Amino acid sequence: MTQSVVVQVGQCGNQVGCRFWDLALREHAHVNKKGLYDEALSSFFRNVDSRKSDGGACGIGGRIQHLKARAVLVDMEEGVVNEILQGPLREVFDSTQLLTDVSGSGNNWAVGHMTYGSAYREQIVDKLRKAVEHCDCLQCFFLIHSMGGGEKVLDSNLLEEEFPEVCRIVTSIYPSAEDDVITSPYNSVLAMRELTEHADCVLPIENQSLVDIVDKIKRMSHSGKPGLVIKRDSTIISGQGGLSGAEKPFDAMNNIVANLLLNITSSARFEGSLNMDLNEIAMNLVPFPRLHYLVPSLTPLYTLADVSVPTRRLDQMFSDAFSKDHQLIRADPKHSLYLACALMVRGNAQVSDLRRNIERLKPSLPFVSWNQEGWKTGLCSVPPVGHSHSLLALANNTCVKPTFMELRDRFTKLYRKKAHLHHYLQVEGMEQSFFSEATNSLSSLIEEYHHLDATKGRLMPDAPRLSIAR
Amino acid sequence: MSIVTVQLGQCGNQVGHELFDLLCSDAQQGQRKLYSTASCERFFHQTAHGELVARAVLVDMEPKVINQSISRAVKGGRWRYGESSHFSQKQGSGNNWANGYCVHGPRHRDVVEELVRREVERCDRLAGLMAMMSVAGGTGSGVGTYVTQCLRDIYPKSFILNHLTWPYGTGEVIVQNYNSVLTLAHLYQLSDAILVHENDTVHRICSQLLNIKHISFSDVNRVIAHQLGSIMQPALTADSHGVYSRNPLGELVSALTCHPEYKLLSVCTIPQMSSSSIAYSAFSWPGLLKHLRQMLISNTKMEEGIDWQVRPPAGSERTRSLTGPSFNTSLANLLILRGKDVYSAETGGFEDPALYTSWLPSEEAFNLWKSPVPFNKYEKSATLVSNSQALLRPLDNMVGKAWNMFASRAYIHQYIKFGISEEDFLDSFTSLEQVISSYSQLC
Repeated sequence: MTQSVVVQVGQCGNQVGCRFWDLALREHAHVNKKGLYDEALSSFFRNVDSRKSDGGACGIGGRIQHLKARAVLVDMEEGVVNEILQGPLREVFDSTQLLTDVSGSGNNWAVGHMTYGSAYREQIVDKLRKAVEHCDCLQCFFLIHSMGGGEKVLDSNLLEEEFPEVCRIVTSIYPSAEDDVITSPYNSVLAMRELTEHADCVLPIENQSLVDIVDKIKRMSHSGKPGLVIKRDSTIISGQGGLSGAEKPFDAMNNIVANLLLNITSSARFEGSLNMDLNEIAMNLVPFPRLHYLVPSLTPLYTLADVSVPTRRLDQMFSDAFSKDHQLIRADPKHSLYLACALMVRGNAQVSDLRRNIERLKPSLPFVSWNQEGWKTGLCSVPPVGHSHSLLALANNTCVKPTFMELRDRFTKLYRKKAHLHHYLQVEGMEQSFFSEATNSLSSLIEEYHHLDATKGRLMPDAPRLSIAR
Repeated sequence: MSIVTVQLGQCGNQVGHELFDLLCSDAQQGQRKLYSTASCERFFHQTAHGELVARAVLVDMEPKVINQSISRAVKGGRWRYGESSHFSQKQGSGNNWANGYCVHGPRHRDVVEELVRREVERCDRLAGLMAMMSVAGGTGSGVGTYVTQCLRDIYPKSFILNHLTWPYGTGEVIVQNYNSVLTLAHLYQLSDAILVHENDTVHRICSQLLNIKHISFSDVNRVIAHQLGSIMQPALTADSHGVYSRNPLGELVSALTCHPEYKLLSVCTIPQMSSSSIAYSAFSWPGLLKHLRQMLISNTKMEEGIDWQVRPPAGSERTRSLTGPSFNTSLANLLILRGKDVYSAETGGFEDPALYTSWLPSEEAFNLWKSPVPFNKYEKSATLVSNSQALLRPLDNMVGKAWNMFASRAYIHQYIKFGISEEDFLDSFTSLEQVISSYSQLC
């Protein structure tokens, strides 16, 4: 069984990360009835017995003593991390995993990347190494951060340099158009470049989509229609049953992202009839190195309390996964071009359910000509808490193009006027060329998606086969 | 007389487990001492306490499936796997053939070879090796190909049969066609015979013949195990002189794969029905054999939806244009009959030269094995293992899709980073186009 290390950066990264650890503990508590430290737990947690003299690491099979998260928490401002350390999750982290400073990066990519990045590089690498050493087979880094903020003190570039063999899956929260951080377009575009060049997979998530999903669920649960009562604890936004008591403002949205990470890793942690490991995700969904932006969608959003016909509910789940309301960025993949798609089913679904739904939905989904059957499927037997089954869809789809174009437009609006530029350029090590290189990278990425889009719907002839001399 | 099985990857280990389960339960049914002894000798060895231990080596690059197979066998109580006959790593092959073949295979070569050697030494006489794997993923396909290569080097005189599971056409793994092409091209040089089961076909058998509503992989694997078991269980052959054959793999290979260009074998069995229906059904050999023959000719893999219009070409002059497109020409066939009144079964229909290619006389092309012992609760059952054009269309589709993807170079960077080149891809494509051409020309 492999392990993963979660690297949470900045305020957003740490708030999402905090929800992730809470829900992960809840999920394992639900499944792990015997209190033994098993392979599944070891993928995200270490088992530590502080009474032992050698540092206390316990192997698989023993009783759970103290679970410590395999995580590194970085924030140039100490507020969020301090809150975590005072909250119910404080036992899960220890001080060797944290790196904080006092004043923050001021929403300035240059400050985060150059000033703090170089000052703290050694310490960061040190903490990462420690986390890595505790793993006997590290498969993946999960990096969680927001694009709009300035916290670029640790990014996938550094991870690639220090740990080139380890897969880097980055969860990036993209700012909405009405973001309260004015310089978020600059930060986002600058960050995009290193994501395109150094991450293995990126899961882009837009705040606005999370808001929409939360609203939808709240409206459902307050609609008061008889027969449409939502089962307790069964929404993807609920943290009920976790350690934290009252829910804080962004918790609902962050729970969605946390559930995304739990679902992606479910097949690597739990058994199933068709396993889908993390390295298989990168292998199957990334046909060309730079096009590794995978649009996630999670269904169901909630489970109704009454028992409806199971098969119909299952099929509805598959249909929903492709609807634009369930995507975690504001995009409509059904009307763009699919390069590849992965379906990760959890719970009591069988291969025949998968096949039936793929057959049913395929005609309405445009796939690129050389990958007409571009489906990667996985079946995990353990469902998430509160549901009998769930589906995670990851789509490598050209519908990310409008998102990126919009980002570029917002960037250009600011850059043309040179608004706030001096804040960046006055940072030591920062040059104007960073901006132009970043925009070039983004433009060529958009161009690559555009090129693929242009082939959509066109009947591409099959490549002529090799002919054998008779 | 013993076969050592190597189960590779998730599929190989899941199917292998079902196979041993079925072989054990079939062997232990009823009063058939000779059959039971022969079968157990072939697939299991007995410990001092009388426990049956499968002659198998389990290999996977991640531990979950192997652990599951081992514990299920123990739970069943009738047989188990050897305590140390397995090898797994922590991190899988990521559906990447190159990762399996170039990295994991060589890295773990010594350990796997040692495990196989131990099983081989436990056999009084080795009948051959059977490797079970899928072609869609990374471990079964990549590591499986590498392991087959090693076994071929170490046991040059032994028979090696590769059992392959081909994935659903509509994709389980996006790069499955690449992995399949690379595997088949390599195995063609290494293996003595390649026996293929297609998930699509077996799925249809489950839904239409067995009437299973929610088909799971266990259901699929049990059908594969039934078909494979019906080939591998002891039988009386023309050369075995009244006792159960001691050289099943050798006889299978010499019956069916006499030419190095033609190694793909497909299998169909009749009857196949849900276990609750078996008790209420009666079968006659003429009926069963008539259906089976038509299934062969019209290339239908099950006894529903047979096209009775397809007939073998008349007359001695046969060229490609005369045989209809739906007629399935065979190179060789092996018919295995099991059950009651097996000696009275009339198999003349299968000896018709019109079924076969012109350059092999039908006495050579048709082979018959019999066993008076009913197999797996079917009073009478017939299995046909064919070296024919049955797999031509699926193979052609697979190569076509892989070629289209290769033309746009999609995913190639993932393979190159583990050590194979575009040249290697082209070589594999070339080999398979040759195989396709050979089978297309069969008439």
